[in-house]
Amino acid sequence: MSSAFLTGTVDGERVALAAMGAWTAERAAELEKLIEETAHRYKDARSVDIDLAKLERLDMFGAWLIERLKRALTAHGSTTRVVGLSDADCGLIDEVRLVNRAPPTGGGAENRILIALDSIGRNVADIGWSLVLLAQLLGALSVVVLRTIAHPSRLRLASTMHHLERVGWRAVPIIALSTFLIGAILAQQGIFRFRAFGADIYVVDMVTVLVLREVGVLIVCVMVAGRSGSAFTAELGSMKMREEIDALRTMGLDPIEVLVLPRIVALVIAVPMLTFLGSMAALYGAGLVCWLYGGMAPDIFLERLREAIWLPTFEVGMIKAPFMALVIGLVACVEGFEVEGSAASLGRKTTSSVVKSIFLVIVLDGVFAMFFAGIGM
Amino acid sequence: MTSNEAVISVRNLVVGFGAAPVLDHVALDVFRGEILGFVGGSGAGKSVLMRTIIGLLPKRQGVIEVFGTDLAGLSGRQRRAIERRWGVLFQQGALFSSLTVRQNVQFPIREHLDLSPRLIDEIALAKLEMVGLNADVGGKYPAELSGGMVKRVALARALALDPDIVFLDEPTSGLDPVGAAEFDELIRTLQRTLGISVFMVTHDLDSLHAVCDRIAVLSEGRVIAAGPIETMLASEHPWLKSYFRGKRGRQAHHSDRYH
Repeated sequence: MSSAFLTGTVDGERVALAAMGAWTAERAAELEKLIEETAHRYKDARSVDIDLAKLERLDMFGAWLIERLKRALTAHGSTTRVVGLSDADCGLIDEVRLVNRAPPTGGGAENRILIALDSIGRNVADIGWSLVLLAQLLGALSVVVLRTIAHPSRLRLASTMHHLERVGWRAVPIIALSTFLIGAILAQQGIFRFRAFGADIYVVDMVTVLVLREVGVLIVCVMVAGRSGSAFTAELGSMKMREEIDALRTMGLDPIEVLVLPRIVALVIAVPMLTFLGSMAALYGAGLVCWLYGGMAPDIFLERLREAIWLPTFEVGMIKAPFMALVIGLVACVEGFEVEGSAASLGRKTTSSVVKSIFLVIVLDGVFAMFFAGIGM
Repeated sequence: MTSNEAVISVRNLVVGFGAAPVLDHVALDVFRGEILGFVGGSGAGKSVLMRTIIGLLPKRQGVIEVFGTDLAGLSGRQRRAIERRWGVLFQQGALFSSLTVRQNVQFPIREHLDLSPRLIDEIALAKLEMVGLNADVGGKYPAELSGGMVKRVALARALALDPDIVFLDEPTSGLDPVGAAEFDELIRTLQRTLGISVFMVTHDLDSLHAVCDRIAVLSEGRVIAAGPIETMLASEHPWLKSYFRGKRGRQAHHSDRYH
């Protein structure tokens, strides 16, 4: 590739510059340096002619650099002319003469502390806003639920069953496996610590209470939020991006009834069932570890289990499950409807759907703990 | 401006997805400095040809030469050097939705050339102004733009590296007639100032009348005719007759916007 030059000859207060070679994008970096030096060197010149007759090639990058050189020299007070233009390049030079005339906007020195404060403020406002949106969707959903109870035929059974299969049935293997492992790990840790003071047998009490009251439902909710909550957000978000939700509205259909209700109903049915299944799998895992690692015969484990389980222990876990499912579903749908046009926004909302729903599930668990302690369960 | 040197030359090209080929031994030339309008019925394979030339679809057989170089069997570097010399305007714009307009236009410059941030800013702004947008648009995201603006930004991005060839996939679809006419004129102006060759897939009869130097017609997997609009209007081929001399064709002919 040929190189590019700019040569200057000084004649008193007049300077003749001649551009040669290929003034194209590939050379733009060196050309930029070149024109800056040139503009600096000839800043005292009275008049400057830029001769382009010897140019081999010129593209917009080159044309702009020539224009920039011309503007720099003009700013220093020289009379600058561009001469020797070929017909082909004339249009290009004319075109760049008009561009970049507006003073650069924005930029300027920004205060870092202000930016930090600004983002804190925005985040706080966002949290408040997302709570408002949650309440709004809960209200809209309640209306739809009441309407559906009055006219049960309005419930989209096919859609609900479809989501129930995805949320519930297809989640069974992974949920059974992970809760089985959690139960086993809890039992192993318990045996290891309790053996130090000869209290092996109480491991069963500890695991049972932990699993049935807290861990079973929490693990299931974390899994469901990650598996199904994220999927709901992504589905609704991409439907929103493609204006499918607007299309539903224009057909006189309520997106809450068509899209949100089946998903949330499916979650509210599936999560308690998965919680039950998960708790059983965890107890099975705990029993297996007690037997193989702790040397506790299965019949002793079962005997102890029967004494340790008190019906409210089981009820506490099961009562919490549908409420947590509701939270996961609401958060997922709110975030989905909040997706804007860009791919990045879809990713952001899906992340925040999972993070927010898991966080709210834990908060709700704390609230329930206080409530059940208050009523003595 | 048009010369007889072919910047794109397609010979014997066969492309297909299932049993029946979509393109069946297609031959087509695009000459330096011309605007070639490429027409055909919906689903005839216009976009398929364009996507095959730019390498997004595999071909079954045939030769595609761009700037006299056979695209098959190029090394990665040679291929990138050729790709740098063309710009593509996709039908939906295909702007990167997570980047602002300015960043979208700067993206190819930043990736391919090692320039100072100031120069990148200036060039990007210059490109935006050339396609008729002002500097304020630069900070917006694609989702905040109207359809016509998206097309303009996409054109600015396609032109970012001063390509020799620009591929336009239905540039005026989805624009109102006034916007479409402006866009046609913009393409014409840019083609004249920058001396680029344009390969334009289109359905817009007005565009064909207004800006295209030559028109190529794809039907049943083959290029059945190529030539200036007069040739198309004079042709007795039934498909061409119904396309160019049907009701809408006649209207476009009579209300020729630039005559």
